[in-house]
Amino acid sequence: MENLRTQKDHSARLDRRSFLQFAGAGAAGIALLAAGCKKDESMMMDSTGVNLGSGDVGILNYAYALEQLEAAFYTRVASSFYTGITEAERLLLSDIRDHEIAHREFFKNALGSNAIPGLEVDFSMINFSSRESVLGTAKAFEDLGVSAYNGAGVLIKDAAYLTLAGKIVSVEARHAALIRDLISNGSFANSEVIDNNGLDKSRLPLEVLGIAAPFIKTKINANDLPKS
Amino acid sequence: MNILNILEEIEKTDAEVYERISPRRKAMAEFYGFGKKVALASLPLALGTMFKKAYAQTASADVEAVLQFALTLEYLEAEFYTRGVAAAGLIPAGAPLGAITTIRDHENQHVAFLKTALMSLGKTPVSKPTFDFSAGKGSNSGPFANVFTNYDTFLAVAQTFEDTGVRAYKGQAPALIGSGGVLTAALNIHSVEARHAAHIRQMRKARGANVKPWITGMDTGIGAIVQKSYEGEELETQAGIKITGINGQAISVNAATEAFDEPLTKAQILAIVDPFIV
Repeated sequence: MENLRTQKDHSARLDRRSFLQFAGAGAAGIALLAAGCKKDESMMMDSTGVNLGSGDVGILNYAYALEQLEAAFYTRVASSFYTGITEAERLLLSDIRDHEIAHREFFKNALGSNAIPGLEVDFSMINFSSRESVLGTAKAFEDLGVSAYNGAGVLIKDAAYLTLAGKIVSVEARHAALIRDLISNGSFANSEVIDNNGLDKSRLPLEVLGIAAPFIKTKINANDLPKS
Repeated sequence: MNILNILEEIEKTDAEVYERISPRRKAMAEFYGFGKKVALASLPLALGTMFKKAYAQTASADVEAVLQFALTLEYLEAEFYTRGVAAAGLIPAGAPLGAITTIRDHENQHVAFLKTALMSLGKTPVSKPTFDFSAGKGSNSGPFANVFTNYDTFLAVAQTFEDTGVRAYKGQAPALIGSGGVLTAALNIHSVEARHAAHIRQMRKARGANVKPWITGMDTGIGAIVQKSYEGEELETQAGIKITGINGQAISVNAATEAFDEPLTKAQILAIVDPFIV
C-alpha cells in the first residue's frame, strides 16, 4: 500500500507535510494556514534575492541567516549598552552575543562555498539606548529562533545536522528564557509561547522569514527550501 | 482550522482517501474525540496519527521506544515538582513558588501528552515507576535525602533534571527522523525543558550558586555527584569546526562550550536517573 512518503511523486497541489507544519505554526500561523488549505494554488513567491538553496544546505543557510540577524543585533547592543544596564545584564548580554557569533561563524564554515553572503540588517526601528526596546527585540528574536529551529527539524534529512540544530535550539531557548525573565521574572515559559500541552512553538521558514523581514534589508529567496 | 478542506485537498490526489479513512464520519469522530484531549497546537501529531491509521502505517518501534523513554523521564520530573510544590515550607511563596508551579504544570502536561500520543498510536504507555528523589535507589537516604526539606537541594536536583532532560530529548531526535509530527512535538518539548533549565539556574544563581542560564564547560555548579549529567558539555569543536576563536572572533572557550548543548544517549540517561528509580 502506498503511504505518505511514496506518494510524493503525485502531482498534488497540496503538500501534506507542509500543511501539517502550517497546522503546527500556532496562532500566528492561522492566516498562513488558511492560505495554505483553502486556496488551490501554491503560495506565490518572488524568485529574486539571495537564494538559500535546497535540501539540508538550504536549511543550514536558513539557520545561518537567522544567526546573522541575531549576532548583528547583539553586537550592536554590546557596542553601546542601553541606559541603566546592570553589570549582571551586561555580562549576560555579552555572553549571548558571543553565542550568536559562534553560531553564525559555525554555519559559515560548515556551509563553506554553499554559504549565502553576509546579510544587510535594518535595526532602524530599535532604540538601542532603551532597555525596553532592546530586551523586547531580543525576546522576539529568541522566541522566533526557537520556533524556527523547532519547525525546521522535520525538514532536515541528515541526523548529524538535526543533532546540530538541536544543540543550538536549546541554547536559544535558554537565551529566550533569560531575556523573558529580565523583562518580567517568571515569564520564561509563559502562555505566550507554551501551549496547554506544555509544548513550545514551531514555525515554518516562510513564516519565520516573514516575521524577520522588517529587520533584514537583503532580500531572501526561500523558494527552494524543502517543504517536507 | 478547516479539517474538511484538508481532506478535500488530499482527495484530489488520492481519491480513495475516504475509503482509507473508512468511514469518513467515524474517522472524523475519532479525530474530534482525540482533539478534545489534544489541543490545537498538537494537531500535527493528531493528524499524523489519523493518517497513519488511514494508510495502515504503524509507528515504528523506534518511535514508540522514544515516546516511552520520554514518558518515563517526564513522570520523574512531574512527580518531583508535584511533591516539591506540595512540601510545606519548601519553596518560598511568590516568584519561586510561581515558577516551580509553572514548571510542574508543564511536566504534568508532557506526561499527559505523551500518554495520549502513545495510546493514539495503539501503544500502551509505560506505568509510572516508583521514585526515590534522594537518589538512594529506594532507600530514601541517598545523597539528596533532604531534597523536599532543603530548598537549595531541591533546586540543585531540579537543575540536574532539566539539563539532563534537554540532553535526553536532543539525543533522541535522530531516531524520530521521518516521524513528522512526533519529531516536531519532541522538539517542542525539548525547548521547553531548556527554558525551565535556564530559569532554575537563575533561581540558583540568586541564592549564590555559581551558574549562568547556560552550561559552561562541564561545570555542574552543584558538585561531583551530578557530574555525569554535564560530562561532554565541554566540547569546543562542532562537526570538526573549532568554535573557540573561530574565524578570528573573540570566542572564549567558555562561550564556545556554552553556545552548544550536547546530547546524551538513552543508556547514558538511564544510568543517570537509575538512582532515582526504585
